[in-house]
Amino acid sequence: MALKGNLRDFNSTQLLNLVSLAKKTGSMHLETNGDFANLFFKEGKLIKANTQKHPGRLADILYEAGKLTPEQMQAISRHANLTDKALGIDLIKSRIVSQQDIVHSVKEFMLNVVYSLFSWAEGTFLFQQGILPSADDIIIPLNLDNVILEGSRRIQEHERLMEELPDLDVLALKVTDKPLRDVKLTPDDWRVISHIHPRNTIAQIAQAVNMDEFQIRKIVYGMLQAGLVELTKPEGAKPKRQLSARFGGKKDVAPQGPAVKRSVIERLITRIKRI
Amino acid sequence: MQTVKMVVTGPYSAGKTQFIRTISEIDVVSTERKITAQAERIKDQTTVAMDFGRITIDDDLVLYLFGTPGQRRFDFMWEILTEGMLGFVVLIDSVRPETFREAKHILEIFRGYAETPYIVAANKQDLPDAWSPDDLRIALKIDRSVKVLPLVATDKESVKQVLLELLYSILENMEE
Repeated sequence: MALKGNLRDFNSTQLLNLVSLAKKTGSMHLETNGDFANLFFKEGKLIKANTQKHPGRLADILYEAGKLTPEQMQAISRHANLTDKALGIDLIKSRIVSQQDIVHSVKEFMLNVVYSLFSWAEGTFLFQQGILPSADDIIIPLNLDNVILEGSRRIQEHERLMEELPDLDVLALKVTDKPLRDVKLTPDDWRVISHIHPRNTIAQIAQAVNMDEFQIRKIVYGMLQAGLVELTKPEGAKPKRQLSARFGGKKDVAPQGPAVKRSVIERLITRIKRI
Repeated sequence: MQTVKMVVTGPYSAGKTQFIRTISEIDVVSTERKITAQAERIKDQTTVAMDFGRITIDDDLVLYLFGTPGQRRFDFMWEILTEGMLGFVVLIDSVRPETFREAKHILEIFRGYAETPYIVAANKQDLPDAWSPDDLRIALKIDRSVKVLPLVATDKESVKQVLLELLYSILENMEE
């Protein structure tokens, strides 16, 4: 099943979060004014990334990373038909670069590609299930948690954060069962995590760690996107009557629904089954 | 005669009127008006107050289905419609990601109205670009305890399944 949309409605961070949590395998094509990007994923991990402006050929990546000299680049260009994988093997065998050099440089390149996408506020995306890069490409699996966290840290739009986390007084946080050991959390992230409690609203956490609303929203948004925390209702809180003020009412206890007997529901079920 | 009601809500053009029309035994009492604003011309007509459908259960029990208006400027109707409901269904237009945020917002507002069970139905699953219920759950950050079901609002069996699942959730809620 394809996923299609506009980055205006569903941004790159949210897309990566979806791919990561759903452990998707496939390709994502993103297009914005004057550039496009192709990302490939396997079971929720990024395995290859490039853009129109940065096609991500191994020789270019290694040259940009300072692992190849201009002379070596010139020699490589004479064997233009070599695939990335074959070139990588040749370079390692010739002891020009190490396997670690290749892994590190390709990883850095992929990260830079993904980070550049976070500034794409407009554009289209299309995810196609099951499509993988060529077997001749170099594939480095990259865990998306840290990428998502970093992407969220780069968000500067107050409005976006307000939409995601409108009312900090009525929301609490719950740490998910996702392991934190491989995630690069900042000291501020840890300060917030250490104050998570079923009774604490996000506003109370912000107060405790001495952060303003924008700061705490950014941190919570990042951890939400990375699936490290979930939003929950603070313990003992009553549901909020959102529009009752409009009617001049002072209802502050939400109704539980009408007192209906179990037998009524069973009759409804029986009838609807027969329609 | 006892009457009970359920509410069908969701963003503009998510398929609420169609959902009720498919299952109601009466012609849906609809308050549709022609759309004039160019930006909203995804369809010709929209619900301005509510849709109203009925399913007679037996001689002394009737189920009413109320559909909310999808456009924000008619949201003053929402709270009125929710009074006394057994539960509610939030419809999502699975092919229009631009409405997902609005769907989530509506869901949160309705949760605030009443602590009744609800389910989310991913409509238009027969269209090629439809997002799957699993993807929508992640995209809208819907808790694992809430059912997210596939739906084709023009298909009676599909609508029945959504209503049945809501009723099962209501039963489960009674046991807690």
